[in-house]
Amino acid sequence: MVSRQPLQSYSEPLPGLEATALGGTLIVIEGPDAVGRSTQVAQLRRWLEQEGHALLPADSPNRSRSGLAGKGLQDARSSNTLGPVTMTLFHATDFADRLENEIVPALRAGLVVLTDSYVFSIMARALARGEDRKWIEEVAGFALVPHAVYYLRARVGDLVSRVVLGRGSFDYWESGMDLRFGADKYQSFVRYQRRLIQGLDSLAGPYNFTTVDATQPADAIFRELQGHISALPFRSTDRAKAPPAKGAGRRAARQATIE
Amino acid sequence: MPHLTHLPRYNRFYSNASANSQRMLPNRYKGKLIVVEGIEGSGKRTQISLLAQWLRAQGYAVAFRKWNSSPPVQETIERGIANGSFTPTTFSLIQATDFADRMESYILPLIKAGALVCADGYAYTAFARDVARGAGRQWVRSLYSYALRPSLTLYVRVPLEVAISRLSGNLDESSREVQSRMMDEYEAMAAEMEFHVVDGTLPIEDQQRRIRETVVDCLGEVLRTRVLRSTPRGSQRGGNGISPAAAVL
Repeated sequence: MVSRQPLQSYSEPLPGLEATALGGTLIVIEGPDAVGRSTQVAQLRRWLEQEGHALLPADSPNRSRSGLAGKGLQDARSSNTLGPVTMTLFHATDFADRLENEIVPALRAGLVVLTDSYVFSIMARALARGEDRKWIEEVAGFALVPHAVYYLRARVGDLVSRVVLGRGSFDYWESGMDLRFGADKYQSFVRYQRRLIQGLDSLAGPYNFTTVDATQPADAIFRELQGHISALPFRSTDRAKAPPAKGAGRRAARQATIE
Repeated sequence: MPHLTHLPRYNRFYSNASANSQRMLPNRYKGKLIVVEGIEGSGKRTQISLLAQWLRAQGYAVAFRKWNSSPPVQETIERGIANGSFTPTTFSLIQATDFADRMESYILPLIKAGALVCADGYAYTAFARDVARGAGRQWVRSLYSYALRPSLTLYVRVPLEVAISRLSGNLDESSREVQSRMMDEYEAMAAEMEFHVVDGTLPIEDQQRRIRETVVDCLGEVLRTRVLRSTPRGSQRGGNGISPAAAVL
């Protein structure tokens, strides 16, 4: 059974934070744009809640507006006047705000935090835009090491068909059009997402991603993620207030072997 | 190929980064950057203004002004202060964002164009201020490692009590504490960052005379040969460039 390490930052401890006092569980779903992260997260949330885990509530549609840098980031995206280093640091500000004011308190309360936007998204974007790896790793060093990172990996071609069949148009930012990676949104999308995937691939080893083949049907991906997450060493505290659910005895037995 | 040439390539720099404790990027462009640092009330702004005026009078294309923050960044800073929602981490990051915007929007294009950029405060202000407010020393430095290394950094040193008395003497206890810690940080990085120390208790004219001598000593050659001029070379009285004799108020 996996032994549970206390949460800690990668390289830069957050000032004033006793990370070992955090009892919750931090699970991150990563992947390129349009790979289906949000679909998986929504399904996983329902399943984990049915299993009796207490989760940090899902992002409300207005959450990003209420945060410190959310509105500024939206304005910056729509006006497109900030340079790439500035945008990276602006995103890092927003992430730090969310980490310190949302994720850390939830972990302190013993909740399960399941998120599809963590620091690796910012790092991969920066890498895709040609920024220095050592720089972005140092900047991101304050992030907490998650208990698990699942990387939904796909090829660019798979993403293209998902965009065409799903949304029906290419998003400006997901195409990296601010830096004009290609002549039009399609070409730019392909080149930018290819670099994004390369960036994520290069993070997978050093940051301990568990890679999941995202070219499978969505329900197969879900079952694979379920299997991985079931094996995680959750603490009992995140279920303290939840009613007993089916299979509680089996889980209690599993916990006994963990703790 | 995508247009990713807007900033210097970092990798080359990092390959011999160990030899460089400042960890900012060396400036290989024609333009140069002169920076003044010091705590509140040190008189640094007066000194850099006088220096910029003088260099302009020497015929150099000097860029010295207060660059506005981009509205989205400015509004985020104002909101964070109004709501009291900054932590040491987010405060450092939003300040670094603001600095990066100035770097990408103003300083770097001007330096590439060959301008002589004078700055009232630079990354070192963040190194001192953010650490004084609780952020990690190395981490804050890493936030600025893409910045151009100044060609000359002047540090106006004044005792804390002198600075506070110039600020009409009514600094509250916590501001005083921050200024005191900032001063400790400046002092600790002076050697590492190759600050040229100016005695800020001297009369303003004496400080300025020494600063001009320092500029001539350190940058005379690059000023003559590299930096953009607002008037054609040789058209001024006194020949091309500054001579030490000119370095007198």
